[in-house]
Amino acid sequence: MEPAVPGLIYYSSESGNTARFMHKLGFAAQRIPISPKDEMPAVAQDYVLILPTFADGEGRGAVPKQVIRFLNDPARRARIRGVIASGNRNFGATFALAGKIIAGKCNVPVLWRFELAGLETDIARVRRGLQLFRGMECSTMA
Amino acid sequence: MKDHVASRTVLKAINWNRLQDEKDLEVWNRLTVNFWLPEKVPLSNDVQSWSTLRPEERELTIRVFTGLTLLDTVQSSVGAISMMPDVVTQHEEACLTNIAFMESVHARSYSSIFSTLCSTKEIDDAFRWSEENPHLQSKARIVLEKYRAGEDPLKRKIASVFLESFLFYSGFYLPMYWSSRAKLTNTADLIRLIIRDEAVHGYYIGYKYQRGLEKLDAARQQELKDFAFALMFDLYDIEQKYTEELYDGIGLTEDVKAFLHYNANKALQNLGYEALFPASVCEVNPAILAALSPDSENHDFFSGSGSSYVIGKAVATEDDDWDF
Repeated sequence: MEPAVPGLIYYSSESGNTARFMHKLGFAAQRIPISPKDEMPAVAQDYVLILPTFADGEGRGAVPKQVIRFLNDPARRARIRGVIASGNRNFGATFALAGKIIAGKCNVPVLWRFELAGLETDIARVRRGLQLFRGMECSTMA
Repeated sequence: MKDHVASRTVLKAINWNRLQDEKDLEVWNRLTVNFWLPEKVPLSNDVQSWSTLRPEERELTIRVFTGLTLLDTVQSSVGAISMMPDVVTQHEEACLTNIAFMESVHARSYSSIFSTLCSTKEIDDAFRWSEENPHLQSKARIVLEKYRAGEDPLKRKIASVFLESFLFYSGFYLPMYWSSRAKLTNTADLIRLIIRDEAVHGYYIGYKYQRGLEKLDAARQQELKDFAFALMFDLYDIEQKYTEELYDGIGLTEDVKAFLHYNANKALQNLGYEALFPASVCEVNPAILAALSPDSENHDFFSGSGSSYVIGKAVATEDDDWDF
């Protein structure tokens, strides 16, 4: 697997759509555990967060609880550089809402949105985008 | 539960404080919070708009809605209930009772639309059409066969996901199309509530399918995958003909077909499978996507060129900010 800079951290519930997306993407990534009993991934570098949306009709509960727990730690939160959110357009205005919420709270951009496990066009776009992103991060660090 | 009534098995009351599968509670909460009734939507505000449609457009709309009514009827009175003996948890059974009831609400909603907008004769003609249309009858029949007692429980779930995540969409297209032209916007609001429910149903049944599938050996998994794709091809074949028959007259067939491909892919993904149709044939009219989810413009930060390519610097936030 190619190392990705910034790192990738993702959450996927038991339905596994986001995990399938990450698998197709093929970059090394750390997973936020489903169970609150399991340990959170250690954050050693800047990262892009990839997560699904689980909002109800009013938009409540969009961000999975485990992701909230992960971001509740100021040190982990400080290194987020962008967010990629998934969802289903059938949920109307709350489509991929988790991305918007995290972008607002952490002041980072929503880089991309996709549906369910994503299509090949999403994979191609995100691969290219993350490589671009990596180039920029390197130049700003120099 | 009914299987236990006659036997000496201990009867177990459902305990929502002891979950075997957290997803059951998560989905129950979504389903119940999203509960609605057609009376909540001011359909009568569409009367004026309805009168601006040409007679053939009105006929098409009523036919599309009777087609949807038939599928909702199948799903409510047979589909959701047929899956109850297959449940792994009691909470799953409870979720299915909600799904079955909401399908009845959906079926009932179309009649609310009809009674608000149409004459009794128009309604009766359309229901007769739904009984005589070979494509509509045949897709409902194919799914019903899979729901029959004695069929494989996982095949039943495949059929259910295809009905809820694929077969409805040749119909859902039309109110989204009217809505994108600022017509029948209240009716579209009601349809969006149905679409939202169907998305939860397809997701949940697809999730339960994957849980069942992972317990099987590789040969059985392959058999079910082959079954799923073969069924998708059969249903797609019918959907194409159904779409042509309905939409050729107003020249929308190709646009609807892109929407069918797009939704077929999503139905397969709900089952945990890869998309079948390549992106090139899934380019849904952006106006339809916008009608489906407002604020759904293609959000492409990556393509931001030059100066707009700015990366926000994360600011220190307080823990209070995380009080969702």
